[in-house]
Amino acid sequence: MRSALVERPIDPASLVAEVSATDRGAVSLFLGTVRDSNDGREVEGIDYTAYMAMAEVELARIVAEARDQFGVSALVVEHRVGTLTLGDVSVGIAAAHAHRAPALDSVRYVIEEIKKRVPIWKLEHYRDKTRSWVDPTAHHIEASR
Amino acid sequence: MSVVTVQLFASYADMVGKPTIEVPLNPGDMVSDLLRNLRSLPVASTLPATARVAVNHSFAADTTVLHSGDEVALIPPVAGG
Repeated sequence: MRSALVERPIDPASLVAEVSATDRGAVSLFLGTVRDSNDGREVEGIDYTAYMAMAEVELARIVAEARDQFGVSALVVEHRVGTLTLGDVSVGIAAAHAHRAPALDSVRYVIEEIKKRVPIWKLEHYRDKTRSWVDPTAHHIEASR
Repeated sequence: MSVVTVQLFASYADMVGKPTIEVPLNPGDMVSDLLRNLRSLPVASTLPATARVAVNHSFAADTTVLHSGDEVALIPPVAGG
């Protein structure tokens, strides 16, 4: 079990390799990537920022919950911080188990909990050169910089 | 009375114009008191009354009592993933 916030690119193959073993017949991988539009606006990139100390703690809690809840054999999560461009992987989650259900369910649990609880924020850069903070509970808040 | 340094992030840091702000704290003050004291400061009056507060890296209830030395942060709506 491992979780981390990283400034380097996320390598999906290494996440899969990290959880794989011959007694695990199911490996599930989720990747979140930077999309070219949001809420009708053309996106060029995203700055991801975090309250690092708390985000690391909260990510580790979520991984522990997934382990306890689904009995998954191995689970690894990496979330990127910094400036990302279109198509870059922002989050990677890999889980493995002898059978498919725990592998699939644990990955879904982790991404849904990240979106509720981990203190990470997105500053979207738009094609029209404006920027705004993404607020999933409302709409965009124009950035002051 | 003492003072607690509250960390601000993302849109909240933009609203206040800086990443931390010092807020007056009385003995026994709870998270709800801190939010009220914080929003009474002219520079922070636009922060939402319903902002989530984290104490020592965990989300805290309104009734959580604050102590000297606690690490306190205001958490804007999160957008990870």
